[in-house]
Amino acid sequence: MSWLFRSLNSSVGKKVIMAVTGLSLISFLMIHLFGNLTLYIGREAFNAYVDTLDIIKPFIRVIEVVLAGIFILHIYNGIRLWIENRNARPVRYAVSGTAENTDFSSRTMFVTGSIIFIFLVLHLSTFWYNFNFTGHPETGSHDFYTIIVYWFSNKLYAVAYILSMALLTFHLNHAFQSAFQTFGWNHKKYFPLIKKIGLVYALIMGIGFASIPIYFSFICGGNQ
Amino acid sequence: MSENKLNLTLKIWKQAGTNAPGSFETHKVTVSPDASFLEMLDELNDGLEREGKDPVAFESDCREGICGTCGLVINGHPHGPVPRVATCQLHMRNFKDGETIYIEPFRAKAFPVLRDLIVDRSAFDKIMYAGGYVSVNTGGVPDANAIPIPRDIAAEAFDAAACIGCGACVAACKNASAMLFMSAKISQLALLPQGQAERHQRVEAMVAKMDELGFGACTNTYACEAECPKGISISNIARMNREFLVSKIVSKLTD
Ligand code: SF4
Ligand code: FES
Repeated sequence: MSWLFRSLNSSVGKKVIMAVTGLSLISFLMIHLFGNLTLYIGREAFNAYVDTLDIIKPFIRVIEVVLAGIFILHIYNGIRLWIENRNARPVRYAVSGTAENTDFSSRTMFVTGSIIFIFLVLHLSTFWYNFNFTGHPETGSHDFYTIIVYWFSNKLYAVAYILSMALLTFHLNHAFQSAFQTFGWNHKKYFPLIKKIGLVYALIMGIGFASIPIYFSFICGGNQ
Repeated sequence: MSENKLNLTLKIWKQAGTNAPGSFETHKVTVSPDASFLEMLDELNDGLEREGKDPVAFESDCREGICGTCGLVINGHPHGPVPRVATCQLHMRNFKDGETIYIEPFRAKAFPVLRDLIVDRSAFDKIMYAGGYVSVNTGGVPDANAIPIPRDIAAEAFDAAACIGCGACVAACKNASAMLFMSAKISQLALLPQGQAERHQRVEAMVAKMDELGFGACTNTYACEAECPKGISISNIARMNREFLVSKIVSKLTD
């Protein structure tokens, strides 16, 4: 086995993979949210934003491939850790103190992560697919704003979105500080601050992304 | 003062051997609130032996919180519900009259049950043999304070050295990871001048050994820190990660 493979395959190495891929996804989410917020400026602003992405399409495609790779690595490695970690305790406790000695976000990473993955499939098979290939599912129009309105007029779809974003908030809350701990950047001086930044970041992402289905589905009722 | 004695129902894990099936056995005990948890088990065993029954196997040695042999999982918490004490220092006054108490062994693949509540923790020794030492050449006895060590560094190393190797961190971790224990040992040596020579090979060898022995990987839930009887901080795990990553980058090709 090569040095790199052996290193990344160790318990600490696997955590590093989770942290590096996780932090990349964290940065991606931030950019994604900023882009989405153009929806609040209006139809023209949002369409112009998506058109800009269209102009630099080859570049975006490269980013998409890299992102997909990062996602797959994050998910594959997460599942592997989950299985190996479960195997490390073959007989479970009759009474578990986990609810008292850990916080909710940290012990539910696998569950929140799995549901976010299902959300991701839903998200890609609707918006990403329509934007890139088919246009509006009924009219075929490439007015992107209308596609958003179309999907979020489905209340069930919007609720699934909002719930997923709530889980994403928990996932990110643990993720952020956890990555710092993994890199060894934990000191009493600044770790409480890192935890706070992580919480604020998670809340901004959760509320920011969830606000869009809330706005289109429940505030404007799809009447833009 | 029998009126303030506690009546308790104990559900105790019984298992004849490593590969034997285990199950809970129920016992009713009446115990003084001043008794320690282990004294309560001693009394129970006295009674069982008088009746010609099989006593409950559990381990203890110093009974003053320094040897680390006495770990039990009590109502889901390694060393019981009181923070920062070992099982031997836990007193029955922390329980309520009429309470049911579940007593289980530490559960981890790397800590197989030997009998009832006794587990084999020699996996910790194997991690220590892999690198938890400093090699010292024979020769004259060095002067006690020949190597200057700043006070705060000495204090931090001492905090890490407070680890008694009890294994409660493994028992508490949902992944049965030994990272808190291992990081305490690595920190204690990495902080001091005497630990520098073997610093890199130590962390790499110990992590590799821990992985090999079937402990899980850390997912930063920090249950270990919450349950550790000696208050070992998870900042030690961060230091260990740092040591590991630096070592991976700077160590020799042969390591
Ligand atoms: S770190 Fe704490 S819980 Fe783990 S072995 Fe050391 S003293 Fe016990
Ligand atoms: S018996 Fe030694 S620590 Fe409890």
